[in-house]
Amino acid sequence: MATRIPTRIMVTAGAAALVLTVSACGSSGRTSGGGSGDGTLAWALTQGSEATFRASATEWNKAHPDTKINYQYFQNDPYKQKLRTAVGAGNGPVLFENWGGGALADYVEAGKVADLTPDLDKNPEWKNRIFPSVLKSATVDGKVYGVPVNGVQPVVIYYNKELFQKAGAEPPKTWDDLLALVKKFKAEGIAPLSMGGASKWPDLMWLEYLVDRVGGPETFANIAAGKKGAWSDPAVLEAAEMIKQLVDAGGFAKGFTSVSADTGQAEAQLYTGKAAMILQGSWAYGTMATGSPKFVSAGKLGWTGFPAVEGGKGDASNIVGNTANFFSVSAQASAKEKKTAVSYLKDGVYNDTYIDNLLKNGDVPPVKDLDAKLKASANADWTTYVYNLTRDAKNFQLSWDQALSPALGNELLTRLDQLFLGEISPQEFAAAMDTAAAK
Amino acid sequence: MTLTSASKAPPRTRGDGPPFLMALPALLLFALFALVPMAIVVYLSFTRWDGLGAPSWTGFDNWRTALTSDVTRHALWLTVKLMVVSWVVQTPLSLLLGVFVAGKQRYRALLAVFYFVPLLISTAAIAVIFKNLLDPNFGLGAVLDLPLLNQNWLGDPELAFYAVVFVISWQFLPFHTLLYQAGARQIPASLYEAAAIDGAGRLKQFWHITLPQLRYTIVTSSTLMTVGSLTYFDLVFVLTGGGPGYATRILPLDMYITGFQSNEMGLASAISVVLVLAGLVLSLALVRFSGFSRMRSQQAGM
Repeated sequence: MATRIPTRIMVTAGAAALVLTVSACGSSGRTSGGGSGDGTLAWALTQGSEATFRASATEWNKAHPDTKINYQYFQNDPYKQKLRTAVGAGNGPVLFENWGGGALADYVEAGKVADLTPDLDKNPEWKNRIFPSVLKSATVDGKVYGVPVNGVQPVVIYYNKELFQKAGAEPPKTWDDLLALVKKFKAEGIAPLSMGGASKWPDLMWLEYLVDRVGGPETFANIAAGKKGAWSDPAVLEAAEMIKQLVDAGGFAKGFTSVSADTGQAEAQLYTGKAAMILQGSWAYGTMATGSPKFVSAGKLGWTGFPAVEGGKGDASNIVGNTANFFSVSAQASAKEKKTAVSYLKDGVYNDTYIDNLLKNGDVPPVKDLDAKLKASANADWTTYVYNLTRDAKNFQLSWDQALSPALGNELLTRLDQLFLGEISPQEFAAAMDTAAAK
Repeated sequence: MTLTSASKAPPRTRGDGPPFLMALPALLLFALFALVPMAIVVYLSFTRWDGLGAPSWTGFDNWRTALTSDVTRHALWLTVKLMVVSWVVQTPLSLLLGVFVAGKQRYRALLAVFYFVPLLISTAAIAVIFKNLLDPNFGLGAVLDLPLLNQNWLGDPELAFYAVVFVISWQFLPFHTLLYQAGARQIPASLYEAAAIDGAGRLKQFWHITLPQLRYTIVTSSTLMTVGSLTYFDLVFVLTGGGPGYATRILPLDMYITGFQSNEMGLASAISVVLVLAGLVLSLALVRFSGFSRMRSQQAGM
C-alpha cells in the first residue's frame, strides 16, 4: 500500500511538471560556431524587411568574399525568446535585429552588446546620415548600441475620406475637433474610431500621444528614468482623464475591446465604411492596401497627424511609434567578426540599392536627403508624408512598451486596458503604475 | 487505502506483477525530463533572473510577491472558478450526450461522428475560429444580425470568462462524451431487461442503473477535467491573451506572461511551483475521496 502513494504522486507531479517545464526549458540556442556556414552570423526577422536583407547579403558577399555576412531568419514572436536564451547562454549571433528601448537596455546591462559609439564617431558621414531622433531609441546612457536597418513606423490618424465628405467634416486639428467629430459621426450611426483594443497596445498609442501633447516629452522622460511618482504627473492624469472622456463619449466602435489588432479587422472597419477614423502605426497603410486595394488606390484613404491639445506643452509635430528596428553587435564577438559587422553596417546597410529595396516594400528609412528617391517611389504621397513627418518631428518617442522594461511595459498595457474598460479610474491607473514602477 | 477495502481486496503476493526493472527506463526518463527540471524551477523560484546573465539569490522575495500580489491571487481565484464552472457545464452535458450516442440506432452513430469533430481540430485553430466568430463587427452575431448573439463576447470582462468556458467546453465535450459512451456501452443489457420487467420507466432506469454504473467513468472524467483546467493554457492564450484587463488571466497564463513576456523567471518559477503543488493536492484529493483506488468490478454476481 505504502509503495503506491509515491508512484501516484510522481505520476501526477510528472504530468504537471512536464507541461510546465517543457515550456520553461524550450528553445535552446543555436551555436554560432560550427555548422552555421561561413561568415559573420546575423539574426533577423522573417517578416517586414527580409527581402531587403536577402538582397543586401547577396550583394555584400559578392563584393567581400573574405568577410561574408550569413543571415538566418526567424519569426517575430518566437524570436524574442530564442534571442534571449541564446545570448544569455553565450551562443548568440554576432549581429542581431532588435527593437531598441528597454529590451535592448536589458542586454546592455548584462554586458552582451558592443558599444558602437567609437565607430560612429570615427565615421561622421555614417552617423550623420541617420535621423538623430531614431538613433536615440538605441542609445543607453549616452552610448549607441544599435543602428537602424529598416523603415520608420510613426503612428498617425487614418480616415475614410468618403465618410468625411458625406458628413461635411474636416480631419481633426485639435482635441476639441476630435470630440466634435465623435458627436457628428455618432449621430450618423457611424463609429467615430475603430481600434483593435483586444491587443492592448493600440490603447497605448492614445496615452503616448496625449501625455506628449499635454505635458511634452519630459513627462515620459521622467517615467523612463524611473523617477518616483512620475506616473502621478498631472500630465499623465489629464491624459488618462481625456481617454476616459473619449471612451465615455462613445468615441470607439462598439465592442472595440474584443477586436484584435493582428487580424486587420479594425482597419477593415475603416475601409468598409463602418468607422470613420483609426489611430495606428504606418504599417496599417500596408494592411489596408492589401485588404482593399481599390479603397486605397481610389484615394479614399486620408491621413493626418495626431491633433494638438490647446494649452498643452507638447509640440504638435511630435510623433510616437516604433522608430525602427536595429542591428546590434554582440559583445562576445571576436575582433575580426566585430570589424566585419561594423563595416557591413556602415557600407552594406542603407546604401543605394538597400534604400531602393526598402522603398519598394513601402518602408521609409530614417536617412537624410531622400526626397528625390521618394518622389520616384510607388505610393509617393504616402512615403513622402511619412518621411517629412519623421524628419520634421521635434521628438520621436519610441512606443512606451518598447522603451520601458518588459515587466513594466506588460503591467502598463494591462492597467491601461482596465482604464479603457472603465474598470479603474485615472487616479487608480496612475497609482497602480507608480506601485509597479517602484518594484 | 482503508482497512475495509484492503481486507476485501484479493490478497497480493510479493512476486505479483512485472519486475521493478521493467519500470526503470520510464522512471529514468521521467527523472531526467520531469524531476530534474522541476528541481531547477524550485531553485529558480528563490532567485531573480531575467533570462540573460546569471540568476541572483533573493531568498523568499519571489514567494512573498507571488503569494501577496493581487494579480496572482486573482489568477488563482479565476483558475478555481474555471475548474468548477467547466465541470458543472461539461459533466451533465457530456454524460447525457454519451448515454445518448451509446444507443445502437443508426442516426445516433451519425450524430456521434459530428459531435466528434471538435476533437480533431487543433486548439490554436479553435481559438482563432472562435475569435473570428465572436467578433462584434464581422462575427456571427453581426452577420446574422442577431442581437442576442451580437455581444461584446471577448471584450467585456464579465462575458469574456464565460465565453472562454463555452469554447473550452465545446472543445472537450466530445472527449468526455466518448468516455461516457464507452462506459454506457459496458453496462450489461440484462440489468435494463430486469428493470423493465420490474416496471421501471426510462427515467428510473437512467437514475438507478445508468448513473450508478457510470460512477467510475464520472470519476475518471472529472479528474481529467479538473486537473486539465488547472493547467489549461493554449486556448485562453490565443483567444483572449488573459484580457480584457485581468478577466481571463488564469494561473498558467499568469506564469507564462510573468516569465516569458515580463522576463521575471524567478517569480514565474514560484508561480509554477504553486501550480504543481495545487495539481498534486487536487489529484490526490480526487483519488482519495472518490474511491478511485478502490475501484473494483461492479458486475460481481452477474
